[in-house]
Amino acid sequence: MLKSKTKILQLFVTLTACAFLFVPMILSLLAGVTSNYFKGVSSGLTLKWVFKVWELYADSIFLSMGLAFACLIVTLIIGLPAAYGLARHPGWLSRLLEEFISLPLAIPGLAIALALLQLYGSLKGFRISWTFILVGHVLYTLPFMVRSILAVLASMDLKTLEEGAASLGASSWQRFRDIVVPNAMPGILAGALTVVTLSIGEFNITWMLHTPYLKTLPVGLADSYASMRLEIASAYTLVFFILIVPLLMAMQWASARAQRITL
Amino acid sequence: MTNRSFVLLCLTPLLIFSIVFLALPLMRLFLASGESEIGWSIYLEILRKPRYLNTLVLTVLVSLATTFAALAVSTIAGMFLSRNQFKGRGILLSIMTLPLAFPGVVIGFLIILLGGRQGLINQITPGHVVFAYSVIGLFLGYLYFSIPRVLLTVMAAAEKLDTSLEEAARTMGASPFRVVVDVILPGLMPSLIAAGAIAFATAMGAFGTAFTLATNIDVIPMVIYTEFTLSANIAMAAALSIVLGIVTWALLLIARSLSGTTVAVGGG
Repeated sequence: MLKSKTKILQLFVTLTACAFLFVPMILSLLAGVTSNYFKGVSSGLTLKWVFKVWELYADSIFLSMGLAFACLIVTLIIGLPAAYGLARHPGWLSRLLEEFISLPLAIPGLAIALALLQLYGSLKGFRISWTFILVGHVLYTLPFMVRSILAVLASMDLKTLEEGAASLGASSWQRFRDIVVPNAMPGILAGALTVVTLSIGEFNITWMLHTPYLKTLPVGLADSYASMRLEIASAYTLVFFILIVPLLMAMQWASARAQRITL
Repeated sequence: MTNRSFVLLCLTPLLIFSIVFLALPLMRLFLASGESEIGWSIYLEILRKPRYLNTLVLTVLVSLATTFAALAVSTIAGMFLSRNQFKGRGILLSIMTLPLAFPGVVIGFLIILLGGRQGLINQITPGHVVFAYSVIGLFLGYLYFSIPRVLLTVMAAAEKLDTSLEEAARTMGASPFRVVVDVILPGLMPSLIAAGAIAFATAMGAFGTAFTLATNIDVIPMVIYTEFTLSANIAMAAALSIVLGIVTWALLLIARSLSGTTVAVGGG
């Protein structure tokens, strides 16, 4: 395989890039279970930092999970019918709407959060409630849900299927429930996993919207990086990895599966 | 209910949500940028005051450096991974796409573990080598989240390349170098431009990474943040956000029209 010099050079670049990405992850995993990172791994391995993190930050972990779940429900309620509507009415108006709801992907989260704060920051009850953060998460994840379902719906002949069902007397709602939803399932699954993964990891919007009593996992992470010893910060990152890595892999698997259908 | 009204009903929740929580807030943000004493000339102020202009220049330079480094590394690695089948290829690919789901703050922390005071580099090299909080650290942090994005775009494009063109070039006596320059790179070009635009836009707007690393470096997202929280200069924070938003949005529009991909997962 490694016959030519170019191949060796390519392999070298690939391995260097891998090391650059992977070594810090390993360092963080190690630091999270090392008694005293300053002295090194020889000071012994321990789970005490992980327990300490649980003691200090369990709330943030549960808040993030709850938020991700709520975000999933809301993006489904808004996104599934919307994707169907966009698929049934392809045209410039639908393109424009799709483009518009995708703005939060293109505009930095900081700007989105500032905009929300400018308009709704003075509504105290809303400002300090967890639903304020939820709005930010829905804004950011909704385009992924809509596009994921839309891609699957656009690849099939929805119109013919629906006309067939309508000729047999199925109402609009029955067609939506019995034809559209089952056929869109791969897209829904891929979208759902993307929404949950992104919601759990979201920082840029959340940091601006959070209150001292409502810290999500990434906000807690930033907090621990600034004020805790390295071992605790690392153990917290370890907990985050345990949560996010399986989600990411499931998301990539589901997205690849949905994409095979659309081709 | 007719089918047309059912479809409209389906779009209603999306319309209401995006008007109430996206269109109106963005409009408010735009109006807020003109509400200081100097009014709309605040946008000129960005170019006139050295503090903002320097920030703008530094952000563009770091983002450009990130873009080109990520393009170079990811194109080489992406071509290698898509053209060779070997043991461990899947693992390498997984490692290189994992960071897609990492928030910027975590990436900042990983750079601290590499180049901070207790970092690996400082431990294994003689002397005092700490770079995490400098522009180099920021660049490496941006590179960290850019490599996976560019890699995925390049690999998707590499799979669509017509290999018979390369074979034809080779049989006609082209050197491997010429094959790369005259056949492979032009074939990849639209995707490379798209991936570059994505990397550049993400780096320009990266807040989480800068938040952990750039305590002493002024990049636009950090300046927006400090103007808003510390100086309470809301108009300037809004104006900078608008400018930044328009730049990143335009870049991603170009990227999408060129390759149809949007690997905008994460957000730096």
